[in-house]
Amino acid sequence: MSDLIVILIPVFPLLAVLLNGLLGSRYSHEVAHRLAWGSVGLSFLCAIGVFAETLGAGAAREVVAYKWIFGGDLTVNLAFLIDPLTCIMLLVVTGVGFLIHLYSVGYMHGEEGFTRFFTYMNLFMVSMLLLVMGNNYLVLFIGWEGVGLCSYLLIGYYYDKVSAAKAASKAFVVNRIGDAGFLLAIFLVFQNFKTLDYTQVFAQAGQLSTEMATAIALCLLVGAVGKSAQIPLYTWLPDAMEGPTPVSALIHAATMVTAGVYMIVRNHVIYDMAPAAMTTVACVGGATALFAATIGLVQTDIKRVLAYSTVSQLGYMFLACGIGAYTAAVFHLMTHAFFKALLFLSAGSVIHALHGEQDIMKMGGLKSKIPWTHGLFLVGTLAIAGIFPLAGFWSKDEIMAHAFVHGHYVLYGMAAVGAFLTAFYMFRLTYLTFYGQSRVDHHTAAHIHESPPIMLGPLVVLATLSVIGGFPGVPPEDGWFHHFLHKVTAQVGGESAGHEAGSGLVVMLMLAATGIALAGWGLAHYLYSMRTETAAAWAERSPGAYRTLLNKYYVDELYDALFVEPTKKLGLVWDWFDRRVIDRLVVGVGELTQSSSAASTWLEKYVIYGGLNAIGYANHLLARSWRQMQSGQVHHYAAIIVAGLFILVHLVLAWWTGSGGVLR
Amino acid sequence: MTLPLTDILAILPELIVVGAACLILVLDPITSAARKEWLAWIGLGALAACVGVTVSQMGVTVMAFSDLVIVDPYAGFWKLLLYVVSGLTILLSLAYLKEEAMHLAEYYGFLLLSLAGMMVMVSAADLLTIYLGTELMSLSLYILAGIKRTEGRSLEASAKYFVLGAFSSGILLYGISLLFGITGSTKLSAIASAIHGRSLDDPLLLLAMILLVVGFGFKIAAVPFHMWTPDVYEGSPTSVTAFMAVASKAASFGAFMRVFLEGLGGLKANWHGLFLIVCIATLVLGNVVAIVQTNIKRMLAYSSIAHAGYALIGVVVAGHATASIEIRSLGLSSVMLYLAIYAFMTLGAFAVVALLRKGGVEGEDIEDYTGLAKRQPVAAFLMLVFMVSLAGIPPTAGFIGKFYLFMGAVRAGLTWLAVVALLLAAVSAYYYLRVVMVMYMREPDASVTGQPRLAASPALAIVLACALAGVVLCGLYPNPLVALTQQAILALK
Repeated sequence: MSDLIVILIPVFPLLAVLLNGLLGSRYSHEVAHRLAWGSVGLSFLCAIGVFAETLGAGAAREVVAYKWIFGGDLTVNLAFLIDPLTCIMLLVVTGVGFLIHLYSVGYMHGEEGFTRFFTYMNLFMVSMLLLVMGNNYLVLFIGWEGVGLCSYLLIGYYYDKVSAAKAASKAFVVNRIGDAGFLLAIFLVFQNFKTLDYTQVFAQAGQLSTEMATAIALCLLVGAVGKSAQIPLYTWLPDAMEGPTPVSALIHAATMVTAGVYMIVRNHVIYDMAPAAMTTVACVGGATALFAATIGLVQTDIKRVLAYSTVSQLGYMFLACGIGAYTAAVFHLMTHAFFKALLFLSAGSVIHALHGEQDIMKMGGLKSKIPWTHGLFLVGTLAIAGIFPLAGFWSKDEIMAHAFVHGHYVLYGMAAVGAFLTAFYMFRLTYLTFYGQSRVDHHTAAHIHESPPIMLGPLVVLATLSVIGGFPGVPPEDGWFHHFLHKVTAQVGGESAGHEAGSGLVVMLMLAATGIALAGWGLAHYLYSMRTETAAAWAERSPGAYRTLLNKYYVDELYDALFVEPTKKLGLVWDWFDRRVIDRLVVGVGELTQSSSAASTWLEKYVIYGGLNAIGYANHLLARSWRQMQSGQVHHYAAIIVAGLFILVHLVLAWWTGSGGVLR
Repeated sequence: MTLPLTDILAILPELIVVGAACLILVLDPITSAARKEWLAWIGLGALAACVGVTVSQMGVTVMAFSDLVIVDPYAGFWKLLLYVVSGLTILLSLAYLKEEAMHLAEYYGFLLLSLAGMMVMVSAADLLTIYLGTELMSLSLYILAGIKRTEGRSLEASAKYFVLGAFSSGILLYGISLLFGITGSTKLSAIASAIHGRSLDDPLLLLAMILLVVGFGFKIAAVPFHMWTPDVYEGSPTSVTAFMAVASKAASFGAFMRVFLEGLGGLKANWHGLFLIVCIATLVLGNVVAIVQTNIKRMLAYSSIAHAGYALIGVVVAGHATASIEIRSLGLSSVMLYLAIYAFMTLGAFAVVALLRKGGVEGEDIEDYTGLAKRQPVAAFLMLVFMVSLAGIPPTAGFIGKFYLFMGAVRAGLTWLAVVALLLAAVSAYYYLRVVMVMYMREPDASVTGQPRLAASPALAIVLACALAGVVLCGLYPNPLVALTQQAILALK
């Protein structure tokens, strides 16, 4: 019975996909969206059931849904692993997913392709659930690719925007590069363990050599970096904001992009054996947290600021993983899902009110016009900035405290500066959007309206979670959350975390974190509320730095110049070669053939008599007809084959006879 | 001279196919134009009979005609694949030829003759038998490529294919004659034992081997012997292109692996490096040039070059001297698996191209697919599935195929080759998904009014359904196919 509940979790959205996908055009939008959010709601209820059960039993268990035998020595099942980590992920994915589905009903109202939107969203839920529930690497990978495909389809949802289609392709191809690393890790795992099941792999992980563990961990990291938008593969995420806002909230903030963090935590047994890989993870995370935050400082698109803040927050989670604070990483993953979904959805509410305007330079003074949205956005801002006692404070503080206590002072410094910047740009966003003079044009200003209850309702729930979501993790490193996850995330060979740090130090660090957040807030308040002209003056004083930040350090341009353009050029050159060079040469050869045949005709006509004349004439005819048929170029294809042949002959002879490739 | 019955039974499938081809050609003049389609059903009937015979032959290994012909599970696997592909091609042609208003019965006759050539290729135990099969296949294909007699590019494709094909056949034959000169036999088993005792550095032997690499390289469209492919694939009628891209490639791989693993197995240290270079060149060129194509048939031509490159990974693994027999066998079986899967997804993609063909050249430029999801959601969805599978994304069959190939490479210690192939597979997502993007993320052109008419017919529906079923089922339940390939491999030494 309880196995059935587990299996039903992904089956409900799958049914909705099939119904809406196949029959969606036959019934009204009302039915379609009820099916969509209803199915996710049912999954959520099942997830709560599974969670309650795990809470009682505590032990991990596996549920085989379908024997997906691969043949040969590779046996893989479509099976699920239910343990505390899966439970947390399930609750976050289905819970936040459910709220965002509800919100979408209002947000997408009247959009073209309403049913299609919900079909993709539900398909995303199915893939994401497979990703977090799978008990082996292959199911994880299938979910991994599935969420990528849905993300691709949803980013490109708005037909009329060319930029949307480009962003979708970019997201997909960049992710595929990460996937290449992931797949390689899977092959290495199979080569070493002859199985892909987590339980068996982790049980035998101790036999791995450090080198092999490092190799696997680094390959996994490549995959995680792609999916979770870390340096150097983060460039797709800000562009992905071309998709509808609920998509940004669900896929590009709360769930899919955290898959990389989930994967590392899931595989921490392997990471624990590879200190070099751990250091890499921590450095990637710390660098991304700081780097993305600096770009976020100057962006003017409300969703892009949030996108860079997502990249930055994911960096904190990677940092946590890299220093072995796996529970803290999952904790931050959860609270981030709450407040980032809240921020995106209230940003969506702002955009909705302004009829699609996303530029914060054309906002301002919205506080009185859309008070609910303002209040909710403010809660999100306070949470992400790490103001006591909101959710973001507890999870971020725990990561930073762990870094400090375990002596990673450089990482702590990066995280602290990042936290200051985060507080600054988030309050900058809030001030520019909701406070000060209105910069909204008159036409739009007349139509500003608060969002309907179907959109505000989910926001209120998310705001509540953003306020209280941190309490399961209190006291730091010793809260309910930590005890629940301890069995899964306890570091192999690591000291039992936290207790050695004096409570005095912990309080000091909390105070420091609060001070950092307040300083960021204060600076934003000074620049964007008290002295609004100062920011522009600062930007003018150092135009180079400002423009570099505005253009995101020109990384997109760099990648284009390094990878995209050369590949395309190479393709064009080869294509040209395959078609044209040969064609040109052909004309020459055709003429050569003709003139030589003309010469031979002359010879035959005047030098040789009789029957030979006939041959000459035939030759002439042949040459002409060949030239018409352009078969001269065929000669050249043939010439290329011969050239290839001779190159191969020489290569081989040079290799295996040791001589210069000369036939003896 | 009397022919023993066992010899006749061994080549019964070939006899059935040739018989059916002759029957079609004989019946053609006395069949009224309205009933020409019935001749296609004769072909399908013959294929059904062949499936029965080949399945019954699967368990045994028989040598026939003084060891010129071998009937073993390996040949049986390729034959079954070829039957399926030919059957689907005939159905596809039924719809396509009607659309092109050129219903020619000899088309089906030559299709079957070409199939007979392929069948001879995969069950030949002698280089000359292989050569005969290759020629029968190729000569029929030259005619099929140019069967649209009124269209210039079809004729051009046929002429190019013919001249270059004849040229490569000459190279192949030259290689065979050198091998005969060195070893005194054209039989694969005799060649294998003759090579066994020789110095492997004999330049003449290496030259013969290289000539065979070039000859087969042309047939499977490996770089740098690929140049005929885009022109010929673009110019030929779509149904013929599909047949060439799938069936002739499968048969050539079948024959080529038997020659190199059985006949020239002793030289594997020498040809392994060559294949590695050819494999990487094929992967890089196929994937990179496909990016810039605007004609979908040309794009699929480069994509088929790239897929030959993926399949060559398996050949490289099968010839990797330091790997264990088990892993080399995995390499070989993964080539077979990959080509079977490739057959379904490529046939499916070409069937969608044929489906959209309705007057003019609609359906050949990628731009013609603009907004297809809105105009023809079913056709767009099918294309989506085939493109996703070609890109190797789970849970489609294309993923399973690549999974086995790349895993073989990693397990054989060629991790870097797997990395190169994986990155190029990532690149390939770009051009496959461009078709998806054009279909799903663009508004239909305002100038295109209403729904484009589809060249839909029951026959085409069957082809699409089979291809879709193949792609989805091999993805979700690959076990039967994997088991089949693993039972049907050659015994490696």
